[in-house]
Amino acid sequence: MADQRVLIYDRIDQNRRNTIALLGIFVVLLAGLSIAIGIVVGLPYPFAPLLIIPFLIFAIISYYSSASVALAVSGAKQVSQEAEPELYRTVENLCIGAGLPMPKVYVIEDGSPNAFATGRDPDHASVAVTRGLLQKLDKLELEGVIAHELSHIGNYDIRVMTIVVVLVGLAALMADFMFRLTYFGAGRRSGNRGRGGGGAVAIIYLVAIVGAILTPIAAQAIRFAVSRQREYLADASGALLTRNPEGLASALEKIAADPDPLEVANKATAHLYINDPLREHKSFLNSMFSTHPPIAERVRLLRAM
Amino acid sequence: MLVIIIILAVILGIVLLFGLFLLATYNGLVRSRVRTREAWSGIDVQLKRRMSLIPNLVETVKGYAAHERQVLENVTRARAQLEQAGGAAQAAQADNMLTGALRSLFAVAENYPQLRANENFLSLQQELSDVEEKIAFARQFYNRNVMDFNTRIEVFPNVIIANMFNFDRFEFFEAEETAREDVQVSFST
Repeated sequence: MADQRVLIYDRIDQNRRNTIALLGIFVVLLAGLSIAIGIVVGLPYPFAPLLIIPFLIFAIISYYSSASVALAVSGAKQVSQEAEPELYRTVENLCIGAGLPMPKVYVIEDGSPNAFATGRDPDHASVAVTRGLLQKLDKLELEGVIAHELSHIGNYDIRVMTIVVVLVGLAALMADFMFRLTYFGAGRRSGNRGRGGGGAVAIIYLVAIVGAILTPIAAQAIRFAVSRQREYLADASGALLTRNPEGLASALEKIAADPDPLEVANKATAHLYINDPLREHKSFLNSMFSTHPPIAERVRLLRAM
Repeated sequence: MLVIIIILAVILGIVLLFGLFLLATYNGLVRSRVRTREAWSGIDVQLKRRMSLIPNLVETVKGYAAHERQVLENVTRARAQLEQAGGAAQAAQADNMLTGALRSLFAVAENYPQLRANENFLSLQQELSDVEEKIAFARQFYNRNVMDFNTRIEVFPNVIIANMFNFDRFEFFEAEETAREDVQVSFST
């Protein structure tokens, strides 16, 4: 109805549809994989899909613990209003502007400027910034970065990303499981499988192996595409919130130009941050499998607003 | 016979579809109205906080600069108007007046070094500028909701349902566009 998606509610709706579509794709992928595993293991057909249950339990546990794990891994410490009044006020004000509840505020004692938000929904959200970010950015730049992070929370990006990351991990786990089974177990089981016919079994194995190779790759590609799209969206909605795209643009330039690497980041948490903390040398492959769009492009879009 | 049944079924289907459409539109409008009211309460909370700070401020300034009666009166009057304001537009007008009155009060305060050194005065000044900033953000959120709601009830076919159930336009809470920049300037001094 509203042509321009100015309200947070419209973007949430849109994100919810995307989440459902994504979940659908993944469930089909994973169900296929688990049935394949079941067949390879030699379970009778009706029981093969049941194999998905332990994997689903694993996924649900990861989903609910992802926020606390991310905060713990990055060494973030929760700070009080008295300890960081300026940061607190910035978060508080922008939350009022975005119509969000106040998230928990964390600081990472690291000189490299960066920030991330986590939590499955706005009521369980946390924002973490590094000490370097507080020291190196001015008020308007900090506002831009916080607005970007709050947009991730408000748009439910974190939920989408958490689900995607958990499912990617799951796909990788299952594929690995599958590989070991087919590789080590193929010879042993082929003997008591005579009644299925050699050709059919071979085809099932082939499909299973191809699936096991392709699923994690496809899952990764989806993850990166989703992640990059979310970053552009959060930049745009953050700029709308502060009414000052320049703040985020110059903050991004400062962050990109900073020589300090973020010591607490790793590949598992890289997608969370406002800018890719790992920044290896850029190559074509790198940009295809990158969690973040190039800074120059983001700055260009912000300045064009 | 069969023809009549088919015709009846079609009519029934159309009526049913229309009812569903009515229901969905009505619920959508109600939801949007609730959100806008919620956004208004975001402004209201800050306005109340602002009003509650004024008497204390006036008393503190009186202690050092009692003869600046005009400036003090302006602040008190603007506060009273804000308290009595009905609706967003009136509240916005009164709030803008209060902002102006406070600005001249703080400008006058510059001439009283003892007042400027008063801890109570300083914390009130800081809290008031924080409130002003929060009002600016709350206003932005509220106005965005109002724009969405007012558009919703005016486009076809929603307009029919909106008229049927008396959905009224919300008033914008408008401030001078410079309000936010001024806050930042006063913050750095």
